[in-house]
Amino acid sequence: MTADHPRPPPSRRFFELGRNELKGLFWQVLVVGIVLAVIVFLWSNTVTNLSARRITTGFAFLGREAGMPIADSLLSYNPRDSYLWAFVVGISNTLRVAVIGIVLATILGTLIGISRLSSNWLLSRLAAVYVETLRDIPLLLQLLFWYVLMQALPAARAAWRPVEGVFLSNRGLILPAIPVGSPQLVVLGTAALGLAAFFLIRRWLIAQQMRDGKPRPAWPFAIGLVLALPAAVSMALGVSWSIEWPQLRGFNFVGGLTLAPEYFALLIALVTYTSAFIAEIVRSGIQSVPRGQWDAASALGLRRSLMLRQIILPQALRVIVPPMTSQYLNLTKNSSLAVAIGYQDVVSVANTTLNQTGQAIEAIALIMAVFLTISLGISFFMNWYNARIALVER
Amino acid sequence: MTVIADIPEAPRAARRPQIGNPVLHWLRTNLFSSIPNAIITVALLAILAKGLFSFLQWGIANAVWLTPANDSSACKAARGLGACWAIIPEKYRFILFGTYPFDEQWRPALSVVLFIALFYLSARRAFWRRELVYLWIGALALISVLMWGGVFGLSFVSQDRWGGLPVTLILATFGLAFGFPLGILVALGRRSKLPAIRSLSVLYVELIRGVPLVSLLFMASVMFPLFMPAGFNIDKLLRAQIAIILFAGAYLAEVIRGGLQAVPRGQYEAADALGLSYWRKHRLVVLPQAIRHVIPPLVNTFIAFFKDTSLVLIIGIFDLLTTAKTAIIDPAWQQFSVEVYIFVAAIYFVFCFAMSRYSRSLEATATR
Repeated sequence: MTADHPRPPPSRRFFELGRNELKGLFWQVLVVGIVLAVIVFLWSNTVTNLSARRITTGFAFLGREAGMPIADSLLSYNPRDSYLWAFVVGISNTLRVAVIGIVLATILGTLIGISRLSSNWLLSRLAAVYVETLRDIPLLLQLLFWYVLMQALPAARAAWRPVEGVFLSNRGLILPAIPVGSPQLVVLGTAALGLAAFFLIRRWLIAQQMRDGKPRPAWPFAIGLVLALPAAVSMALGVSWSIEWPQLRGFNFVGGLTLAPEYFALLIALVTYTSAFIAEIVRSGIQSVPRGQWDAASALGLRRSLMLRQIILPQALRVIVPPMTSQYLNLTKNSSLAVAIGYQDVVSVANTTLNQTGQAIEAIALIMAVFLTISLGISFFMNWYNARIALVER
Repeated sequence: MTVIADIPEAPRAARRPQIGNPVLHWLRTNLFSSIPNAIITVALLAILAKGLFSFLQWGIANAVWLTPANDSSACKAARGLGACWAIIPEKYRFILFGTYPFDEQWRPALSVVLFIALFYLSARRAFWRRELVYLWIGALALISVLMWGGVFGLSFVSQDRWGGLPVTLILATFGLAFGFPLGILVALGRRSKLPAIRSLSVLYVELIRGVPLVSLLFMASVMFPLFMPAGFNIDKLLRAQIAIILFAGAYLAEVIRGGLQAVPRGQYEAADALGLSYWRKHRLVVLPQAIRHVIPPLVNTFIAFFKDTSLVLIIGIFDLLTTAKTAIIDPAWQQFSVEVYIFVAAIYFVFCFAMSRYSRSLEATATR
């Protein structure tokens, strides 16, 4: 069947099939037939059951009033809003914990992965203990554990103050914040544009350097476009950047940024758990760079930072990025454990919807659609990044 | 800044000659090799000493180890200062075996021992042959008899009274026992030349891997009754088990596919040349090699879904984590959940750590 040298196919008429093709066709028809039969069977049962229970089908319920409370969200929400808006708020909560979790887990995981390779025996042992312990305990258990600890914190009046302006209490973590309105957004937008322009200019400078070999520093452009330009805009418009310090009023805090205990527990659990896996990926990535590369880099007389940045990291990244993608996907999917502690992510919202309307199929279809979209988004981005850093072979 | 050392596959640079006291020498090379390293060591030691001291003070020195039955007053007195380990002797039967009839709890206990023996034997290289399949069938049948009873003079215990560690082990082990053959079929399907079968396999794997296990479990607990004909319903535990099997099947399929790809093409061609049929070719030639390649990642996948079985808490099935969470609903002991979670974490840790050590040792022998 698997011949190395394909023989020219014997000429034959369209409907004349060989024995193997017939067999293949038979198996396919059989399997597809069974799958279809099962689907039809389940479908007809479902239709009968739904009509027996007087459950309507379709997504019309999305327009109705949700009536569920969502305590903690970035977007404004009240229980009189529609189910559709509740879902949007749930998705924003999922993304809020997933995106910040991915960033923090990457940073922490990289630090621990490098610590495991440290020549300091104590540091590398401690990193190993961290990785082994966190990897071998179920995430849900860790999440419940953090949540219990969070609830056992002192009340707002007796909150811990590790640093001035930061409060840790059973109301969650309260941080000082800079209120961001539209004038601040204009300045931040200028900075983002400046960053984009800087990347274009740097690209051009590198192309120039490729042509004549003269190094052209890019950092003056970075300072100009990303720092000086927005600062000038900010001053011209008179935008205020005053820090809002949280203050205790009565039983709760006013001002500042509040991370609710549910969100904070979920974030800690996801970050610490995932960072243990990321640490192992980073470690094996760095170890995969052959010793000769280090030796060759030092033979060229490169500084240690340059050596890491230009020689070791680009090669290690090729090993690191593909498994990292699946860790990011795992973290996002694991954020659905929020339902266990009552953080209202998309799964939690869908679950409440399901209990209120009985429309299980639609609710679960929405969960699947959301997660498949997020997964595809992450895979798409990581594949693009992976292609960018992949070995360019002649 | 930490210094990256320990690059593998390299002859270590010639060691500095060892002079003087070996302990001092070890300290100098491993902890105080440079000034930044010495600072890191001292800082870590300080943090470690402080953390360890307060943990020992809480966990041992000020801890309450035993109290009279169902009396938590001693614990409440020590609250905030010391751990209340007394909750473990008080509640361990419930945490380990749930609501299984108290006098019959030797049966789930024996099942746990059988599970561990089964894992141990399956891990031995000497047992990697066809008879292992019969061993699994026999052991799982024996465990079913023990848990259910109703024969040989054992009283019948319905599965809604099962709970604790046996349920966790059942979910994980049956997930593997049924998910593994399913995974093999799907992996073969994904590499098949028949387009319909290939796309069905791809669809299955990507769909399951694309969504969180929580949503699959919701599906099993809420949607399954809708799918079935009226009047026909199966138990909640079995529904969760089916969800875990489908979940495990998709992940195992991807691991096995990796193994199939590692089998050299010549092996397929040689099997074809012998005139073996598709199934005989895979059963006798390809799969034995493919699976051997991927035993370490298979063990890792098993560890992952062993931990993931704890998610059945969300749909209210009494596995180890759920019984632990239920044990501390008792108002007298409500405030001591941290101790219970540490106890349960230790049980999970022992299982997962043993398996990950095993997987590591397999990898080491494979690369040697």
